[in-house]
Amino acid sequence: MSIDGVGIWLYAVTAAESAGGVVDGLSGVAGEKIRLVAGDGLAAIVGTVPLREFGEEPLRRHLEDLDWLATKARAHDAVISAVARSAAVVPVTMATVYLDDERVRAVLAARHREFLAALDRVTGRDELGVKAYADPSTLESRDQPFQQKSGERRSGTAYLMKRKRELSSRERAYRVAAAEAERLHAALLKHAVDGKRKPASDPSLSGRDSWTVLNGTYLVAKSAEGDFRKAVAGLQETTAGIELEITGPWPPYSFAGDVMNE
Amino acid sequence: MTEVLPADNNRRIALVDLLDRVLGGGVVITGDITLSIADVDLVIVSLRTLISSVGSLLPDDDDYDDGGGGFV
Repeated sequence: MSIDGVGIWLYAVTAAESAGGVVDGLSGVAGEKIRLVAGDGLAAIVGTVPLREFGEEPLRRHLEDLDWLATKARAHDAVISAVARSAAVVPVTMATVYLDDERVRAVLAARHREFLAALDRVTGRDELGVKAYADPSTLESRDQPFQQKSGERRSGTAYLMKRKRELSSRERAYRVAAAEAERLHAALLKHAVDGKRKPASDPSLSGRDSWTVLNGTYLVAKSAEGDFRKAVAGLQETTAGIELEITGPWPPYSFAGDVMNE
Repeated sequence: MTEVLPADNNRRIALVDLLDRVLGGGVVITGDITLSIADVDLVIVSLRTLISSVGSLLPDDDDYDDGGGGFV
């Protein structure tokens, strides 16, 4: 592999019949012009990128650089999101690179049936994320309010008793939060085609003191998106101590792979 | 209720959600140049200071999606 060569970065796959004009004016992770590689009734959305930045070694090095990763992740997503506005897409995991267009066509031919199945699953649907943040102190007081008993404050035993109560109170809050998350997820699934719970991100990253009790993502019919948002707003109104946050619509990142990543 | 769009300026939140999807989601196809599991692990190691899990809140049943290289 020449260091001066070029590679073909794959963004997503769409049906050839709906691909007309969808990539016009788009640029990708290397600022390159986005184009189509068609084959077998499918169209791969690709860009030609320099291997000195996107070859195996440089890629591995760059991926440890959060700024680089963030910039390229946003560019990768921007292309897929732009295409998703006018056509159903199967998003491809970031950093999938081929040596030439022929290799991309070979993949379209080899995985033809699975791509069609994946497209069928996501057509007319978007992904919406819903996170639930719980304020532990609200949940604790909601569960069972603890009062400081007078006269306890000074002794070491009293301190330990108080500490023990606080801990068990926190454990209860934790259980309440877990039950609420389960309830919210079940309620949201009724307004979605499918849904999944993902691992939650660290509180330090969200800049909140609260617990992320639900990191859900849902495949929702475009026509039902308004209903889904209303359902989230409704749940928000009836759920004390938990704040809901919607992200998206996203291209169907979390669902297109269901029929392919086997 | 707050909303954060993918293109929102609220970068810290959006970045986690974004990486979770573009690296942890999407269809995994073998490319000529592609990230091996070890490479993805490396990325995860380098992001560990930023992204971690409170997995104990998650149920142990099938609707917990830990597939597709999500951050754990």
